Amino acid sequence: MNRPIRTLAVFCMLLFGALMINATVLQYVNAGDLNANPSNRRVVDATFSRDRGAILVGREPVARSVPSDDEFEYQREYPAPFKYAHVTGYFSYFSQTGIERTYNPLLSGDDSRLFVTRLVDMVSNSEPVGGSVELTLDDGAQTAAFEGLEALGEGTEGAVVAIEPDTGRILAMVSSPSFDTNRFADHDFGALNDTFEELDAREDEPLLNRTIQTTLPPGSTFKIVTAAAALESGAYSSADDLVPGGSSYQLPLTDISIENGGRDCGTDTIPFTQAMEQSCNTTFLALADELGVEAMQEQAEAFGFNSEYLDDLPLQAESRYPGDLDEPQTALSGIGQSDVAATPLQMAMVSAGIANDGTVMKPYLVEELRSPDLDVLERTDPSDLSRAVDPDTAEVITEMMVNTVAEGTGTPGAIPGIDVAGKTGTAESAPGRPPYAWFTSFAPADDPQVAVAVLVEAAGQPAEIAGGTLGGPIARAVSEAVIDR
Amino acid sequence: MSAAEATPGEFVHRPRRGAELFLLLLALTVGLGAYAAVGLGMEDEIPADMATYGGVLALMVIACHVVVRFVAPYADPVLLPVVAALNGLGLAVIHRLDLTYTELGRDDGFASRQLIWMALGIALFIATLLVLRDHRSLQRFTYTSGLAAIVLLLLPLMPVIGTQINGARIWIRVAGFSFQPGEIAKVLLVVAFAGYLVLHRDALALAGRRVLFIDLPRGRDLGPILGMWLISLGILVFQRDLGSSLLFFGLFLVMLYVATERPGWLVVGGTLFAAGAFAGYQAFGHVRQRFDLWLDPFAYYGEGTSDLGRQTVETMFGMAWGGLIGRGFGNGRPELIPFANSDFIFASIGEELGLTAVMGIILLYGLIVERGLRTAVVCRDGFGKLVATGLAVTFALQVFVVIGGVTRLIPLTGLTTPFLSTGGSSLVANWVIIALLLRISDQARRPLPAALPEEDEEPDAATTQVVKL
Repeated sequence: MNRPIRTLAVFCMLLFGALMINATVLQYVNAGDLNANPSNRRVVDATFSRDRGAILVGREPVARSVPSDDEFEYQREYPAPFKYAHVTGYFSYFSQTGIERTYNPLLSGDDSRLFVTRLVDMVSNSEPVGGSVELTLDDGAQTAAFEGLEALGEGTEGAVVAIEPDTGRILAMVSSPSFDTNRFADHDFGALNDTFEELDAREDEPLLNRTIQTTLPPGSTFKIVTAAAALESGAYSSADDLVPGGSSYQLPLTDISIENGGRDCGTDTIPFTQAMEQSCNTTFLALADELGVEAMQEQAEAFGFNSEYLDDLPLQAESRYPGDLDEPQTALSGIGQSDVAATPLQMAMVSAGIANDGTVMKPYLVEELRSPDLDVLERTDPSDLSRAVDPDTAEVITEMMVNTVAEGTGTPGAIPGIDVAGKTGTAESAPGRPPYAWFTSFAPADDPQVAVAVLVEAAGQPAEIAGGTLGGPIARAVSEAVIDR
Repeated sequence: MSAAEATPGEFVHRPRRGAELFLLLLALTVGLGAYAAVGLGMEDEIPADMATYGGVLALMVIACHVVVRFVAPYADPVLLPVVAALNGLGLAVIHRLDLTYTELGRDDGFASRQLIWMALGIALFIATLLVLRDHRSLQRFTYTSGLAAIVLLLLPLMPVIGTQINGARIWIRVAGFSFQPGEIAKVLLVVAFAGYLVLHRDALALAGRRVLFIDLPRGRDLGPILGMWLISLGILVFQRDLGSSLLFFGLFLVMLYVATERPGWLVVGGTLFAAGAFAGYQAFGHVRQRFDLWLDPFAYYGEGTSDLGRQTVETMFGMAWGGLIGRGFGNGRPELIPFANSDFIFASIGEELGLTAVMGIILLYGLIVERGLRTAVVCRDGFGKLVATGLAVTFALQVFVVIGGVTRLIPLTGLTTPFLSTGGSSLVANWVIIALLLRISDQARRPLPAALPEEDEEPDAATTQVVKL
């Protein structure tokens, strides 16, 4: 009977071999895929329970993890939830937004740059600890922007962005209405679900980061771009050059006539600076028509339109300048109407580009990435995004924008003792809807430290929506906060 | 299967009890080390009752060793240590799950019950070795065993004592203890098959008619055993115990093959199995369901589904998360897997101790099977050969069916993981299986009286020898 027994022994060996191979496939070959499965609670919970790295503004954390008593060992906490909501984003059990999302691998400790730390963790059998992210934001500027929007009253929808012109560092980024990021960090998933449904259903869209996700016609603030295109074309070279003026302008190929809202825009021709100060529609409609859609689009794209440039936040919307505008639409684009649309960040970059002698810097939000041991892993170096205009052109536009704040429509943005270069905008939207108010500026004009863009879609308090009156004071407060620091 | 054992008359085995003792100490380190690691991993300290627990475990294991030394001195020295290591590890894992279950407010206290069952298993192990001095005396009970097996299998269907747990009616509940009589029936069936086959093997192999390509034995030779087998299988199918059905079928087939030395039986059996599986798939909803769950468990996992795939999917997640070296005791989430301490204990081990431990355990099981088959090869009598083969193959099939099922190599059928899972019946039955294997191997490895050297170096071995003859 020994021969069959030997055969059986071989058979059993094959069975056990199959078990071993199968276990290896399961625990080694397929392990990566299984661990990456989003319904794998083990991995999700473990990541969620980690000592996640902090998000810092200066030295102060705006997001941090503190030990908690429940099944997840750490609780995410936001010391200033509303003010930084749209930048930090939230870290919930189910999803992340903002910096929490873009820098999730580093914050959770999975980033490959933390390899050595992870190796040590593995050997010492301790849970991975996340690295921290330091933002470029300036708490003073951020506070000024947040409080400025809040002062407009309950129900205000708007956004403020401030950039350091010569680096591209984003100093303030506020979107209103805001939301309580702490509610998303709740470990009670029922409440978390309610929070999400409640905020997601609201019509004023508090979860939307309006600074980079809302694109609206930039209105008269876009006249800076039109002016830049006109100067770059070589047809004009100084603030005193004469440009087309007049009290009304008939759109080519139509019988629609556009006026200047009663502002003094001369008759036939006026100096360029007057057209800017008084935000003369007739002038910029004529200039855009004169330049043509190609030159206008080229100039807009030189400032960053039709592209994405902010790597630090997800879901950025592109500012638009379409290339297929017909003649009347092209003329209208000169005053920031038609199909032209920009994010507040884009308009801040237009000002910043002028402020930085014509060079637009790539905007960024993250200054430094640090390991859990506070070693600097990476520091963001400022880099050029594009050459928007010649330094000469920038100088002429600066002069005209300074005059606009000093004597023209932009007076609410003036700061005593400091030259501010600015431009207002009031853009038409759908009929029956109140217009949007824009304001963009940089200061001080001779040594720019900050460029700001303010957008107010709807103000809580009943007030006349016009760029200067609503946006000017906020831009001024933000600029002062930066200059005074 | 070395060449030396092919000619057992010439090769003289040594008792090797010292080696067994040494291996037992290693096995104890596995069990106690695991217990200490559970304490360290779960509560950051060595358990307070470490010394007591260690003492109890050591006492039980040493008791086994001493009994073997006296009543079965030539028994295989590897089996007992392997079993001790597995049982100790199983206790630690069950204890670890108990701690989590306590925390979650779920049913706990499995480990202490398991320890009691282990003690009972060891008592039966010792009793078997003491009472059964020669395995051949079991041959007298061929038909008694067969009848007893059928009665045991029928017990769960009895109205008062039988209970249905998780869809299978394979349990009896007496005085608060639930018991799976099928586990004991397994051993009895092996004895019954072996006893019958050893008497009728020549008739089965030689007398008969040739139909197509197969030599069919005469009906009167095959009849009784076929009847016994069909009854037990029928009961199991009726009780919806797929795992045991598979096990008994394989056992029957293998023993028939070994007894008759005709590979044709394997072909016939394999065909029957395929046909049976197909028929089962067509006829029974629960068989079809097992197949579907095996092919695509993710389709039955999570909200909006029946969630029947949870066990399998969580097992896959857990074992993948364990990876090569495991999360370590206390750092995994084995409680996410339903029945983590019984049928799915292998998944808990894979998650917290990693592929390393998984490989180790499969190797230990492989070692048990190999020692069992080696015993069968060396054994001098046909009955012993058949019993040893039957027990070893039962063991191998059970391990394959349960581990293969848990790790999704084959569809899942409920069976316990020998020596690891909670469950008294299985543990006790497996200790008895080991006792039988040791008894047969003692007989097999014992030198023939003529070959006994005049001056034996091991006096106790010599004395035992005299007593036994």
